[in-house]
Amino acid sequence: MSQPVLEAREVSKHFPVRIGAGRTAVVRAVEDATLALQPGRIVALVGESGSGKTTLARLLARFYPPTSGEIRLRGKAVRGKERDYHRDVQLIFQDPFGSLNPLHRVRYNLERALRLHHGVRARAELNRRVLELLDRVSLSPADQFVDKFPHELSGGQRQRVVIARALAVEPKVLLGDEPISMLDVSIRLEMLNLLDRLRTEDGLALLYITHDIASARYLCDDIVVMYAGRMVEGGPKDDVIASPLHPYTKLLIDSSPDPDRIGGDRDALFDSTAEDLGEPPSLIDPPSGCRFHPRCPFAMDVCKTAVPPRTELPNGQWTHCWLQQEETR
Amino acid sequence: MITEPAPGLVTAATGPNSTVLSVRGLTVDYLTDGAPVRACDDVSFTLRRGEILGVAGESGSGKSTLITALTRLQRPPAVTTEGSIEFHSRDGSVDLVSLSASELRALRWTSLAIVLQSAMDALNPVMRIGAQFVDVLRSHDKGLGRKDAWARASELLGMVGISADRVRSYPHELSGGMRQRASIALALACGPELVVMDEPTTAVDVVMQRQILAQVLRLRRELGFSVVFVTHDLSLLLELADRIAIMYAGRIVEIDTAHSLYANPRHPYTRGLRDSFPPLRSPLRRLSGIPGSPPDLRNPPAGCAFHPRCPDRFEGCDQERPLLVDGVACRLHQSGENRA
Ligand SMILES: Nc1ncnc2c1ncn2[C@@H]1O[C@H](COP(=O)(O)OP(=O)(O)OP(=O)(O)O)[C@@H](O)[C@H]1O
Ligand SMILES: Nc1ncnc2c1ncn2[C@@H]1O[C@H](COP(=O)(O)OP(=O)(O)OP(=O)(O)O)[C@@H](O)[C@H]1O
Ligand code: SF4
Ligand SMILES: [Mg+2]
Ligand SMILES: [Mg+2]
Repeated sequence: MSQPVLEAREVSKHFPVRIGAGRTAVVRAVEDATLALQPGRIVALVGESGSGKTTLARLLARFYPPTSGEIRLRGKAVRGKERDYHRDVQLIFQDPFGSLNPLHRVRYNLERALRLHHGVRARAELNRRVLELLDRVSLSPADQFVDKFPHELSGGQRQRVVIARALAVEPKVLLGDEPISMLDVSIRLEMLNLLDRLRTEDGLALLYITHDIASARYLCDDIVVMYAGRMVEGGPKDDVIASPLHPYTKLLIDSSPDPDRIGGDRDALFDSTAEDLGEPPSLIDPPSGCRFHPRCPFAMDVCKTAVPPRTELPNGQWTHCWLQQEETR
Repeated sequence: MITEPAPGLVTAATGPNSTVLSVRGLTVDYLTDGAPVRACDDVSFTLRRGEILGVAGESGSGKSTLITALTRLQRPPAVTTEGSIEFHSRDGSVDLVSLSASELRALRWTSLAIVLQSAMDALNPVMRIGAQFVDVLRSHDKGLGRKDAWARASELLGMVGISADRVRSYPHELSGGMRQRASIALALACGPELVVMDEPTTAVDVVMQRQILAQVLRLRRELGFSVVFVTHDLSLLLELADRIAIMYAGRIVEIDTAHSLYANPRHPYTRGLRDSFPPLRSPLRRLSGIPGSPPDLRNPPAGCAFHPRCPDRFEGCDQERPLLVDGVACRLHQSGENRA
């Protein structure tokens, strides 16, 4: 395996928030997260709403600094303002509507990135590269799209322009924060195939954030699962899906739609995951020990008091769960 | 319009496999500045008692338009221009399209209930959750005392996993998932025969979604209502629904049992949609979705609305519009005389 190009090492992010009457509290959005992105590989980050996926992506994009821990680019810790950072690391947001300048045509949106990051100035050169970018994201014929305004494009086309703009920078790392969830189902696959091509052709390192495990499996090599701000499991996608180690991962996978299961007793199928698990925890006052323990059907005493250490399996799968510690002892 | 069933006669209309809803030629236009936008075009289907009918389709295919027309919740500029919606309730048969506002009010909650995507649309933000249940329960059962109504409210909320100590909470004090479950329980409070749901779980997590749906299925076992369930998530519907209607550009293009639709989709759009969901466990293969994008209904394509994206189109698809015949609206599956 090659060296990681971008890494998060035990990063945490705590947001101070007001909770009324002049009192403040801290949202522990991400705690001790470690993640490595390698060239030509795709890591999917999955987990429920509010589990810290976007916060982690923003930490990796240096949107804000971590409260503790470090971000490393090509093995070197990144500190303070680094002007060239975004030449290597580009973040794509969920919303293709908000992230393009609506007052400018596609051409301008792309040229701006080329000028800013590569100092391309010559008209002919700019034009050539803009058309080339549109071709790469399959917006062809490119000359039909280049002079359109964002509102004249469909959601899928807009998201492709967003990706083209990120590519204009020629980054080494692409962080996709739910890049397809706003798109129509029939065009999501095209987008996933495009991301897959970028990985293969350009050797991009990709982080793919999603709620949808089936699409994560389609695209990625490895899956990392977050729960309530902590990473609970990770490893090769098929191992994680076929034999999840953490009870939350198992719950997440069992709850995901899987039409291959139809044909049996529908009510029994739904009932099998119907236990009332209560609500996801507060991140202002997160549960002690394993953050999943209040909802975990297997919780033991130790789970309530101590954060489970990492257990690693020979296949590359790892988890933070006391059950696995018991078993490996 | 209410036709009374003969007293004491158990007709086929209320038997376990009878039809509870029969929609014929329903057509809904949005009357805008330009030409009218036809968002529901000649929609016909039936729903059997106790059945779960799924409606799937992409954004803008007319799912919500259909739901609001069915429940008469539509607002201008939407207008039902044609068709009928026969509702065969316990108390007789009515055509929902021609019902007056007061007749409609009498049916709502007790016979016909609605759950929308945003729970906040259904819940009153300045009223305690339990009090909202009490109001609805007591307005439909004048004999019900306050105390009993509160007890029933707790019971209903308990059925969707909200404990008794939360009954006096305000909506904003509950999480999004709890609010959505509360609005489902509220819809079921007066024992409706038909529950219509528009993306009821789209805004919640898969784990919570599963719990909510398991509870809906449990309640359905107890109370025996029928469901029309709308979502863009075909993979979920395949697991949940008995039958599924696939909508494209305002029309039903295929309707069949969940199993047949999955194993043997006949319409090229259904096949494309099915193949837009990668499998969770079975072997992966490269999928391509459906190239192109759905049509703009202000300017729909001639002939079959799907023809510009259809991998199987052939001569005439760009001119002749296929009707829904034997559960599918595609010229590949029709003989000459069935073509419009
Ligand atoms: N700027 C902020 N100030 C305070 N709290 C924040 C801030 N940003 C995020 N949070 C909180 O941190 C937690 C993690 O949020 P985050 O957006 O990372 O979750 P997510 O996994 O991306 O969720 P989703 O799937 O809904 O996008 C949430 O509880 C959120 O409310
Ligand atoms: N107020 C309106 N005025 C004009 N046209 C409208 C209006 N509301 C909806 N439409 C049209 O009706 C069509 C169907 O919309 P509808 O909301 O029923 O789709 P949907 O299938 O529910 O989509 P989604 O999955 O996004 O909820 C849209 O394509 C849109 O063009
Ligand atoms: S009618 Fe023609 S264009 Fe429409 S789906 Fe069938 S084959 Fe394709
Ligand atoms: Mg997020
Ligand atoms: Mg809708």
